[in-house]
Amino acid sequence: MTNHWVDLKNSDLVIVMGGNAAEAHPCGFKWVIEAKKDRKAKLIVVDPRFTRSAAVSDFYAPIRPGSDIAFLGGVINYLLAKDKIHHDYVKHYTNAAFLIDEGFRFADGFFSGYNAEKRSYAKDTWKYQLDKDGYAMVDPTLENPRCVFQLMKQHYSRYTPELVSKTTGTPQDAFLKICEMIAETAAPNKTMTICYALGWTEHTVGSQNIRTMAMIQLLLGNMGMAGGGINALRGHANVQGITDMCLYSEVLPGYLSAPTDADVDRKTYLEKRTPKALRPNQMNFPQNFPKWFTSLQKAWYGNAATEENGYGYDWLPKKDGAYDVMALFERMHQGKMNGFFCQGFNPLASVANKRKVGDALAKLKYLVIIDPLATDTSEFWKNHGELNEVDPAKIPTEVFRLPANLFAEQTGSFTNSGRVIQWHWKAADGPGESRGDIEIMAGLFLKLKAMYAKDGGKLPEPILNLTWPYRIPAKPAPEELLMEISGKALGDVFDPKDKAKVIVPAGQQVAGFAQLRDDGSTACGNWIYGGCWSQAGNLTARRDNADPTGLGQTLNWGFAWPANRRILYNRASCDLSGKPWDPQRTVLKWTGKAWGGNDIPDMRPDAAPEEGVMPFIMTPEGVARLFAPALAEGPFPEHYEPFETPLDKNPFHPGNPKATSNPAARVFKGDMDSFGTAKDFPYVATTYRLVEHFHYWTKHSKLNAITQPEQFVEIGEDLAKEKGIAAGDKVKVRSNRGFIKAVAVVTKRIKTLDVDGRKVHTVGIPIHWGFKGVTKPGFITNTLTPFVGDANSQTPEYKAFLVNIEKA
Amino acid sequence: MALQSLDIARRSATTTPAPGVRETAKVAKLIDVSTCIGCKACQVACMEWNDLRDEVGSCAGVYDNPVDLTAKSWTVMRYAEVEEKGRLEWLIRKDGCMHCADPGCLKACPAPGAIVQYANGIVDFHQENCIGCGYCVTGCPFNIPRLSKEDSKAYKCSLCSDRVAVGQAPACVKTCPTGAIQFGSKEQMKDVADKRIKDLKERGYAQAGLYDPPGVGGTHVMYVLHHADRPELYQGLPNDPSISPLVSLWKGFAKPLATLALAGVALGSLFHYVTKGPNEVSKELENELEKEDAK
Repeated sequence: MTNHWVDLKNSDLVIVMGGNAAEAHPCGFKWVIEAKKDRKAKLIVVDPRFTRSAAVSDFYAPIRPGSDIAFLGGVINYLLAKDKIHHDYVKHYTNAAFLIDEGFRFADGFFSGYNAEKRSYAKDTWKYQLDKDGYAMVDPTLENPRCVFQLMKQHYSRYTPELVSKTTGTPQDAFLKICEMIAETAAPNKTMTICYALGWTEHTVGSQNIRTMAMIQLLLGNMGMAGGGINALRGHANVQGITDMCLYSEVLPGYLSAPTDADVDRKTYLEKRTPKALRPNQMNFPQNFPKWFTSLQKAWYGNAATEENGYGYDWLPKKDGAYDVMALFERMHQGKMNGFFCQGFNPLASVANKRKVGDALAKLKYLVIIDPLATDTSEFWKNHGELNEVDPAKIPTEVFRLPANLFAEQTGSFTNSGRVIQWHWKAADGPGESRGDIEIMAGLFLKLKAMYAKDGGKLPEPILNLTWPYRIPAKPAPEELLMEISGKALGDVFDPKDKAKVIVPAGQQVAGFAQLRDDGSTACGNWIYGGCWSQAGNLTARRDNADPTGLGQTLNWGFAWPANRRILYNRASCDLSGKPWDPQRTVLKWTGKAWGGNDIPDMRPDAAPEEGVMPFIMTPEGVARLFAPALAEGPFPEHYEPFETPLDKNPFHPGNPKATSNPAARVFKGDMDSFGTAKDFPYVATTYRLVEHFHYWTKHSKLNAITQPEQFVEIGEDLAKEKGIAAGDKVKVRSNRGFIKAVAVVTKRIKTLDVDGRKVHTVGIPIHWGFKGVTKPGFITNTLTPFVGDANSQTPEYKAFLVNIEKA
Repeated sequence: MALQSLDIARRSATTTPAPGVRETAKVAKLIDVSTCIGCKACQVACMEWNDLRDEVGSCAGVYDNPVDLTAKSWTVMRYAEVEEKGRLEWLIRKDGCMHCADPGCLKACPAPGAIVQYANGIVDFHQENCIGCGYCVTGCPFNIPRLSKEDSKAYKCSLCSDRVAVGQAPACVKTCPTGAIQFGSKEQMKDVADKRIKDLKERGYAQAGLYDPPGVGGTHVMYVLHHADRPELYQGLPNDPSISPLVSLWKGFAKPLATLALAGVALGSLFHYVTKGPNEVSKELENELEKEDAK
C-alpha cells in the first residue's frame, strides 16, 4: 500500500477491483465501512462475481476475468476525453510533459523493438529525449505530439466504451456510470482509493493491470493524498515482510536488484544500479544505492567485508537465469535440481499445474519440509486416490519433515500491507519437538559451516565468512536480528556537511537509512527498515494509538517503512507552493522553513517549494511515470487476452494473432501444449479465496472446517440450466491439465456476459481444499491452472483460464 | 444457575416473585445487515466462547454452513440472493435468538427455571432444569431453539449472558470485524440504528428501518434492514412475529383449566384413598404377572 489500512477511512470513493477485500481482508475492510459511515464514501466493486465485498457496495459491475486493462484503459480514455483530470498535478508531478524518443511506436499490438523469437522487447526507443546536459526534455504545454501526454491520449483513444464493453462484458451503462463516479475525484479535494490484490497480480498482464490503475490515480491527482493511493492488500499475514526482506532470488533485501552473471564486479554492478538525475534539482534518491548495498554486505560479512575484496562482492551468488517459482519448478521438472528446502510453503497446492509440480518433486533426491503442519506437499508421494493419483513405488524422493512453530509460538515482527512493522510476542510454546524457524535455520547453518571448515569445498567463503554475532549461535534472538536489519554504525559516522562532527558513534544503532554509508562504516540488513530499532529501542513495539490528526496516522504505533512514513509520495498532497490540495486532510505542508504536518515528509525536509524538487523522489526524473519503460511488455499498458481465452482473437488487435496474449510473457517449452482452447474448454474459470479459510492452512483447523467444510465451485444460473446442474450436485471441472470434483453452488451472483458477440460463462473455483486436513478431503484446485505467469513478476495466471464442466 | 450479578425477572413455570432491588438497564445487540460482510467470524467466536464444536458438515450448494442452527451452532449466517428490477442484492443475515421482551419460549416452558429472563432483557436457557419437552421450540416465533440429540436438552444463543454479567460485550460483537454487530443499552442501540437508517435512506434505500417487532414486545437483538418493509427477503425473517396461539392457549386460557383438571384428579385420588383405602393388587393377579415375567 502506498497508504495504509486506517487511511482507507479518509476516502471519498473506494474501488475494490482485482480483489475482494471484504472476503480476503475482513479486518482491514472495517476502514472501508468507516469511510462509508463517517465520510459518506461510495464503494464500487468490479469483479467477475458478485462477492461479499459487492454485498455492501453502492455499485457493482461484472467483468470478464482477464480484461481489466481494457476496462481501466477505457477509464483513462474517458478521463482524457472528458477532460476530467487534475491538471496541475498531471503537468507538474507526472512525466506527462516529457518528450519520448522519435522511434517509439505502437502498432498492431506491438510496441517498437519487439523480437517475436525471444518473446521480448529491445527497449532502445522506450526512452526520453535528452538535452545536451543529459536531462529529459519536456513540453510544459503538453502539446508536443511526442510528449507522454499526447502519446498516452492517442494510445487510449482506441479504448472506447463500445470496445471496452465488447471486450470485458461489462454493460456499457455500468461502465460509464463507474467512469462518472471516478471522474468526480479529479477535484483536488476529492480522493479515490483502490483496494486490489491477487485478482490483478495473478494474470499474464498482472503488473500492467496495477499500472493502469496507477496511471488513473495520477491523472486524478490521488497519489500522496490521504484517502488515495494504490493499495495492494497483501494476502498473507506477513507477506509484505517477506517481500521486503526479498525472500526471492530476483532481489536482495530492500528491493535491491540481485547481481547477475553480467555484473562481473562490484563496480559494474553498482554503476548499473545507481542512476543519474534526469531533471535538474531532483533528489534522485536511488543515487544512494551504493550506501544501501554496501551496508547490506557489511551486515552479512562483517569484518571479512573490506574495501579490498569489494566487501565480499564475489561471495554473492550471481544469477545465470530466472529463479522465480515457476522457473524453479521448471528446472526441477527438467531434473536439474537435487534438493529442495520448502519452508512455510505448500507448492503442490499453491503453484500452478499440480501435476507438473508433483512430477517435478518426484525428480528430487531429497525434499525438506519446514512447516508447522503436515502439508499436502509433504505427502506429494503418497497415493490419496483420485485426489493425488501417484505411485509411491516410483518416487525416489526422500522427504524430511522438520516441525516448525507457528507465528503465535514465536516472537518477531509482522509487516502489514500498510508497511507498518509491528513487533509481536510469543503467545504459547510450540508442541512436541517443533522449533522456531530461526533456530532451524541456525542449526542448518552451523552444521554447514562446520562441514565447510572441516572438509573445505568449492567456494567456502560465503558460508565461512558470514558474520554470526549472536549470543546463542544456535538460537539467535529475534531482537538481535531486527537490530541487525535496522542497522548500526561500525565506525563513527560523520555529518556530510561537517566532516568533523560525529552523528552516530561507532557501535550505536542508526536512526535511519540517511545515516548509512558506502565506506564500510555502517551495517544494515535492509535499508528500508533502517531506524526501526534505533538507539531509542524497538520502535516496532510501540503501541500508542493516539491520533491527534484524526486521519489515523498514529505515528507512534509500530514503525512504517520507510522512515516511519505513513503515506508515500506525500509531498504530492500539496500544490507547487506547498499548500495542501485539501486542507481538511492535511498530510503535509510547507511551514516556511521546512516540511511539516501529519506525516514524515517524503521530501528533503528543507527543500523549499521554489527549489522545484518534485515529489516522486524514487525516480531520477522526480515525477511519476505515466510512461514507464521498466515494464516488460510496454511503457503503456495494453489489453492482451489471457493465455487461455474464450475468444479467438484479441478484440483490440483482431488482425494480429501474435498479439492475442501478452507477447512478452515467458512460456516454457512444452507448456504451450498444456494450454487448452475454447473449443474443448468453453468456460472461463477463475480461482479465489473464501473468507472462511486461509489458503491451504485452515483446512487443518476444525473451526474453519465447520464454517466451510466441503469443496465447491460456483456457476451462474444460465450455465447450470444448460448443463442440467442443480445446487448441491457433484460436478467435474476439467482443464487441459486435469480435473477436480466438487459440489456445485448455483448462483445469481455470476452472470453470463456478452463478449465479442458471444455468451461467456464463468466458473468460480475456491482454492482451499486438499487431501490433508480436517475438512472434507478435496481436490487441489491448482490441478487446473496454467503454468504461465506475468511477464514482469512471473506470478502464475491463476485468475483466468479455460475449463469444461459436467455433472459428476 | 443464576448469575449473581444478574437478577432474574422471569422464570419459566414459576410463580415466586422476581427480585427487584437492582436498577438494571435493558441491553440490546444491534445487527446492521447493511454493513455485514457475511464473514462468519461471529459463528466462530460463538463456538470458541461457548466451547461448541459442531459437526464438520457438507456443502449443500450454498454458502450457508452449518446450514441451520443446531444445539451446537447457536448462530448462523443466512445468505439470500435477491434480484429486483435488474439489481442484485446479497442479503446476509446473522440468525440466532432474538431475545424477545415477551419470550414465547419462556411462556411455553413447563419446566420450572429451565428458561429465565434476566432483568437486562436477556432470555437464557438453564439446561440443568430442561426436561427436553420441546415446547420452547413451538413457543418461539423465530424458530430458534434446538433440541440436542446427545442430552435431549434445548439450546440457543445466551447473548453471552456470562460475558454481559461482567460488563463484556457478547463474543460475536467483540469479534465482528466491520462493526456490523454492536452492543449496548437498548436506547443507545436505537440511536446507532437511527444514524445507519439515515445513511441508508440517503443511499436510496427508502424503506430502510429497524427491526424491533412489537408483536413480541420488541427484541433485545435488533436488525437494521435496508428493506424493513419486507423482512421476509432476509431468508424468512418473520414480518410480524407473535407468540403461537398454542402457547397462549396453554399458558393463558388452558393453563388454569389444566391446573384445575390436575387439581381435580388429585382431589379425586384423595377422596378415593380416604373412602376406599390404598389400592391393592390381588394375590392371584400378582402370581399371574410373575409367571408372565418368568417366561
